[in-house]
Amino acid sequence: MSVTLDIRLKRANKIYHEGETVAGVIVLVCKEPLQHHGISLNMEGLVNLQLSSKSVGVFEAFYNSVKPIQLISSNVEVAKAGKIPGGKTEIPFEFPLLTKGNKVLYETYHGVFVNIQYTLRCDMKRSLLAKDLSRNCEFIVHCQPQKAKVIPTPVNFTITPGTLQNTRERSLLPKFLIRGHLDATSCVISQPLTGEVVVENSDVPIKSIELQLVRVETCGYARDATEIQNIQIAEGDVCHGLSIPIYMVFPRLFTCPTLETTNFKVGQ
Amino acid sequence: SAVSEKVRTRLEELDDLEEVGFCPHRCVCIHQDYANRIVEPNQSLKEAWSSDQKVKALKIVIQSCLFLGRLVYDRIWTMCSDSGPLPDSFTVEDVNDTAKETCLNWFFKIASIRELLPRLYVEAAILKCNRFLNKSDIQETLPRLTAMIRGIGDPLVAAYARAYLCRVGMEVAPHLKDSLNRNFFDLLGTFQQISGESVQSQLVQQRVEVPEYLTLYSPAISWILQCIAYRAPEPLLMEMMERCKKLGNNALLLNSVMRAFRPEFVAARAADFIGMIKDCDEAGFPKHLLFGSLGRSLACADPPESERLTILNEAWKVITKVRSPQDYINCAEIWVEFTCRHFTKREVNTILADIIKHMTPDRAFEDAYPQLQSVIRKILTYFHDFSILFSTERFLPFLDMFQKDSVRVEVCRAIMEVFIKHQVELTRDPVILNAMLHICKAMHDSVTDFFICVALTLEDERRSLALLIIGFIRMVSFGRDFEQQLSFCVEARATFCNLEPVLVQLIHTVNQLAMETRRVMRGSHSRKTAAFVRACAAYSYITIPSLSNIFSRLSLYLLSGQVALANQCLSQADAFLKAAVSILAEVPRSISVEGKIRSSESFLLDFISNFLATLLVVPDHPEHGVLYLVRGLLNMVQDYTWEDNSDAKVRVYVSALPLLAAMSQETYLYCIPKVDSNETLYGGDPKFLSELNKLCETLIGQILDHLKALGRDEHSARRQSALAFSLFGVLLAHGDLRNNKLSQLAVNLWNLSHKQGHCETRISVRTLEYIKHQAQQPDMTHLSDTVQRLALQSRT
Repeated sequence: MSVTLDIRLKRANKIYHEGETVAGVIVLVCKEPLQHHGISLNMEGLVNLQLSSKSVGVFEAFYNSVKPIQLISSNVEVAKAGKIPGGKTEIPFEFPLLTKGNKVLYETYHGVFVNIQYTLRCDMKRSLLAKDLSRNCEFIVHCQPQKAKVIPTPVNFTITPGTLQNTRERSLLPKFLIRGHLDATSCVISQPLTGEVVVENSDVPIKSIELQLVRVETCGYARDATEIQNIQIAEGDVCHGLSIPIYMVFPRLFTCPTLETTNFKVGQ
Repeated sequence: SAVSEKVRTRLEELDDLEEVGFCPHRCVCIHQDYANRIVEPNQSLKEAWSSDQKVKALKIVIQSCLFLGRLVYDRIWTMCSDSGPLPDSFTVEDVNDTAKETCLNWFFKIASIRELLPRLYVEAAILKCNRFLNKSDIQETLPRLTAMIRGIGDPLVAAYARAYLCRVGMEVAPHLKDSLNRNFFDLLGTFQQISGESVQSQLVQQRVEVPEYLTLYSPAISWILQCIAYRAPEPLLMEMMERCKKLGNNALLLNSVMRAFRPEFVAARAADFIGMIKDCDEAGFPKHLLFGSLGRSLACADPPESERLTILNEAWKVITKVRSPQDYINCAEIWVEFTCRHFTKREVNTILADIIKHMTPDRAFEDAYPQLQSVIRKILTYFHDFSILFSTERFLPFLDMFQKDSVRVEVCRAIMEVFIKHQVELTRDPVILNAMLHICKAMHDSVTDFFICVALTLEDERRSLALLIIGFIRMVSFGRDFEQQLSFCVEARATFCNLEPVLVQLIHTVNQLAMETRRVMRGSHSRKTAAFVRACAAYSYITIPSLSNIFSRLSLYLLSGQVALANQCLSQADAFLKAAVSILAEVPRSISVEGKIRSSESFLLDFISNFLATLLVVPDHPEHGVLYLVRGLLNMVQDYTWEDNSDAKVRVYVSALPLLAAMSQETYLYCIPKVDSNETLYGGDPKFLSELNKLCETLIGQILDHLKALGRDEHSARRQSALAFSLFGVLLAHGDLRNNKLSQLAVNLWNLSHKQGHCETRISVRTLEYIKHQAQQPDMTHLSDTVQRLALQSRT
């Protein structure tokens, strides 16, 4: 006897803000009437911290014991033990997205060492012979957009052989001059990063110009920088003196606004 | 369809992947995966690449992008509404959240494609999908993508990316002209790259010549300019032109400007353009291409009248210097249109001479048939006066360059078609006649050589060529100079001996000529005209045997015999009719009519009836016996191997009876002026009459024998009845039923035909009514006796 259990959120994009209501339906589809021992729905928000290899060693014992931090949790009984009729059954639900006490609802974020995730889980208990059924559904929490308008502060940059830091033999480098600007140093996460870059001159032909997005995660004392995405903005020997646009859309799942808490930090 | 179903499931898999987790590299993979799926363009892409058609390869990529764009758009469009598809004029408000979300996902995924080019092309491809999100988005996206192209280092690749973006832009948001202009200015801005070190060293490495490389840009730049020029105001075009002028190495741009801008705009400034072309660097973009582009504009729009000759001179000065025959003819062919439009045969002649000069060495014309054909086509469009056309000295020598049979036939055919369409008046102009004979002969000769091997499959082709030649022959008239006309026909016969329909036409023409002579002489020939009509008869007599179609021969012998008779050429008429009789035995039992095999019997019966009708007025030949031709014909009929179980022979006998009856009259039903028929020849001589009677008796005897034979077989009862009835009809109409024997025979035949009940009662009744009616006429009362004895068959 087949039965499927599904959670469908009302919002197609599954994005919610604090104070809003997460609403949707539990959908049960079975061919014949089905006996069960109760259906429950659970909403939970968790921060998972993981060890950075840098920290392993001295503080190993301490960090290993890092437990997930719960941001929100609530549980409701959807249906008492009984029977559901054959066919398609839809049970609507609503959860207010409110925290208890002084806890803060951080934005959904999937990082390497830090993971902030909000899930809905629906469980159906059944008799000993039949397996219990369970279904997970992630939804996404975004912070309320900032009310105050940020005035962007553009920044100019110049890159020459002299400004490079991670090189030893500066004399071996070809001569080049690259100038440009970023339209803002702190960006609104929903807006792309923009700017321009100009190759003024270069002794050797340029192969590629790429834009790398790096995040910095800190768990306790370990600070880790990891690449999120790499976008090529120029390919081949571009025309000198011509401004090339810098443009990158932030991948929402893997980035979050700069965040600092007692236990962990995420920045870019 | 199966393909779209496949694509749909593929796209749905994409959706499933969203839930697995979002990974930028994944998306690139999917894109490649997707490209792999479209095997066919992929294959042609590889082929194009390996055969060194890089631009074609790029075009295939662009096609694929467009295809992807359309797929994505259509898919999201179907998701938009749960209640049926949206109208085309939907707004953002009509789109549901799921569709919006899917659409956004596409944009996010594309935004994370690492490589610049795929990201650019794919986003451009699905530009139209912005409609699902927000109206203003396209307005922001187009300039952003335009700027993004600046990141492409290779100027050729960038130029095509721009062309593609302009193409998409024109489709999705044609009102956003700024991006088009922006693209063009950016293109101009990066032009310095072409002469830069990177590109130049690359060209050396790949061993590509600069002019060749530059031409690769043309389609892209022309397209961009075309988008800009579409409905653009004059000042904008002027500005664009000025910008091009300012740049060095501007031949490439100039070329595109001429190709993309309105021909009227270019034509009005043709002199300026020529000046600019002259200023261009010799080593860069090939000049003949520039003149080619200018010529193309001038073919559709006219420059000021005062400048035209200068333009032609300047252009031709350059074109004639082009060394490669291919390049030369490509350019020259374009300018023929301009020349034909505005100048006379003198200039056209000069150009034809120049083309011949260039294309003859090393038989270069062999590789340029399409262009040369186009030259002819253009000339034919503008020159409809064939006396002018053919007096253009180099026109016929030009035709001599078409040495491949199939091409020559095509060209000749084109000329013939125009001739037949536009030559309204009959002509005797020797220039036209000579040239047309030359062309027709060329066509005729290549067809006949060529068809010997290809045989019957191209019978239609042969027929249509023959029709064209016939069309020409009909247009030839020497007025009252009949002798000249006849000698033309003699020449034409020699020239077109392999096309039967043409020979048939010539025989008709000559017969007509004889009749025309008769008309002019009002029926009385002088010694000279008599000799002439005999010459005409001789012409036909010689020509007819060369025809292979037996029925053509028969009918032409008969016709020519009638014409000879009408012109009082008795011995010629006799010869024609004798010839016809003598070939009757050759008529096959079945013939092919329009490709189907059919029995020839009905055709033969028709012919013989027709022939018999003519025999009434043909006087007997003094050296041969009485009724020589009639007897000859009947003998042939008797000896002919008719189909088994056929009454054809007897039918001929039945139809010969009315002729014999007519011959025995004192005055014949019809006669030919100035020709004495047998009525005068014999003047009712009893010997002649008894000859006729004997002949009739023999025929009737044969018919009755046949009827008897039919009676032996039950299955032929119907045939017997029909035949008996037709003989009855003949006796009734032509026989003298006062004769008791004949009257008895008629009654017997009537009874025989009604015996088995195969007669149509309606016809029998009407026949009886007719006889009753006849019986009331004076001298016909004897019929009332006969009618008494005719009984209708009882209806059982």
